[in-house]
Amino acid sequence: MSLFDQKLSSLQESLHKKEISVTDLVDESYKRIDQVEDKVQAFLTLDEESARQKAIELDKKLGTDDAKGLLFGMPIGIKDNIVTRNLRTTAASKILENFDPIYDATVVQKLQTANSITIGKLNMDEFAMGSSTENSGFQKTKNPWNLETVPGGSSGGSAAAVAAGEVLFSLGSDTGGSIRQPASFCGVVGLKPTYGRVSRFGLIAFASSLDQIGPITRNVEDNAYLLQAISGLDPMDSTSANVDVPNFVQSLTGDVKGLKIAVPKEYLGEGVKEEVKQSVLDALKTLEKLGATWEEVSLPHSKYALATYYLLSSSEASANLARFDGVRYGYRSPNADNLMDLYKNTRAEGFGEEVKRRIMLGTFALSSGYYDAYYKKAQKVRTLIKQDFENIFAKYDVIVGPTTPTPAFKIGENTADPMTMYLNDILTIPVNLAGVPGISVPCGFSNGLPLGLQIIGKHFDESTVYRVAHAFEQATDFHKQKPQL
Amino acid sequence: MSRISAEEVKHVANLARLAVTEEEVQKFTQQLDKIISFAEQLNELDTENVEPTSHVLDMKNVMREDVPVKGLPREEVLKNAPEHENGQIKVPSIIE
Repeated sequence: MSLFDQKLSSLQESLHKKEISVTDLVDESYKRIDQVEDKVQAFLTLDEESARQKAIELDKKLGTDDAKGLLFGMPIGIKDNIVTRNLRTTAASKILENFDPIYDATVVQKLQTANSITIGKLNMDEFAMGSSTENSGFQKTKNPWNLETVPGGSSGGSAAAVAAGEVLFSLGSDTGGSIRQPASFCGVVGLKPTYGRVSRFGLIAFASSLDQIGPITRNVEDNAYLLQAISGLDPMDSTSANVDVPNFVQSLTGDVKGLKIAVPKEYLGEGVKEEVKQSVLDALKTLEKLGATWEEVSLPHSKYALATYYLLSSSEASANLARFDGVRYGYRSPNADNLMDLYKNTRAEGFGEEVKRRIMLGTFALSSGYYDAYYKKAQKVRTLIKQDFENIFAKYDVIVGPTTPTPAFKIGENTADPMTMYLNDILTIPVNLAGVPGISVPCGFSNGLPLGLQIIGKHFDESTVYRVAHAFEQATDFHKQKPQL
Repeated sequence: MSRISAEEVKHVANLARLAVTEEEVQKFTQQLDKIISFAEQLNELDTENVEPTSHVLDMKNVMREDVPVKGLPREEVLKNAPEHENGQIKVPSIIE
């Protein structure tokens, strides 16, 4: 029995009653890491000394008025594309192998205010480009449910560490599904917030109009707490939204009576495995029993989302990754006599294959003569995809479907052809293009591998998404099952 | 017919400041061709009167007061620089 089998609110209660200490929680993390990390390989960097120091400081505050903060004493893991001051941050790229940030991301500052404890930095696909964490420049993270399968990606380390009980919860980032897809593969809860809900300041940029940081947890309530702690307008990110942050935990009423659910036929169509479809249909029955109703609808432009996404995200990435040039920070090629060769060789030696491929695609789509045909065309189709969602949300409260077309696949199974890997994100990508929030919650198993239910909401309506996810979770026991490691 | 030639791949690699080997040029030509031909399914859609979306939220320019603040300390700035000398970042000579 792990302390992390309890939910955050119970752990808070035990802490404040002094039944457990913050040091006990940090011990739990590092003990578990000792036991399973050589199998799971979720972490790129551990911060044990600072974590233990902080635990001692917080333990001294227990029983006093200073023992406050929404996440007091809670051990967290952070995806390695979120910068942490004086704690190595690599984005899983050789080009940033020894990068030691001089500031904290806004979300990291907010975690400090909430008094959580950072256990370490988590593996990912290099620069968040990938769906299996196999594109990491350093190591391959394994799925705790079956070590021969991938944990998903790009936040594979973040999802695997939570599923394996190495941390209570973690932060990931989601550009086309990178929180929800690994959450689904690892049987945990992952939310991509509305674009603008959480500051991106200090998130190493992949595609700036799509990227969002979000929470990965063992249950919906903890997810709501973590989102509460990291949300809000930030003067350092002018795309963070000036909207009220509601009390997300209060929205977990368990009541979904009268809720109107839309189920896009495109999300249960070709390419979606039979057992995945069945788990979603079973979930809809559960929600019906709780008083919700559902109807089949159409998001007619869904089939164009993948092409739109790869053109836009790669274009934005080609611009964002121009900063890695071997001059001010990061890797510098020793093989250069002039500045141009320094740029070219540094980037050729520092970036992995998938990152180069996307830089090439993006540079092509933005280049003279092709801009209108590819980049601008994709921006226009993005408008149509966004309108699909607006049309549905005029009549329905949430959209429900699978998170991924299949359960976790075998390591190495999809690496030969980039296009087959890209198909993994076909059900999550439209959500990023529209900028709306989406969550993945456990909804079944297939051959011992978890399946995820995706619930999508209106702009800034994470409360309804959480309410539905929580009601479903409380009516089922998929989230109570743990991988045997 | 290929949608992108080896010459174009070399041109794009130069724009992206990526050194590429002949082998990589061949591979990228093939892979980019496949991805671009997939992307061309967007041409099935008539987008003549559709406005492009570059950003999902209804935001205009976000202004703030222009308040002077201190810059970063020099040692912080140089901390991650691969090469520096006399408090400045060093690169190979630019002018022959």
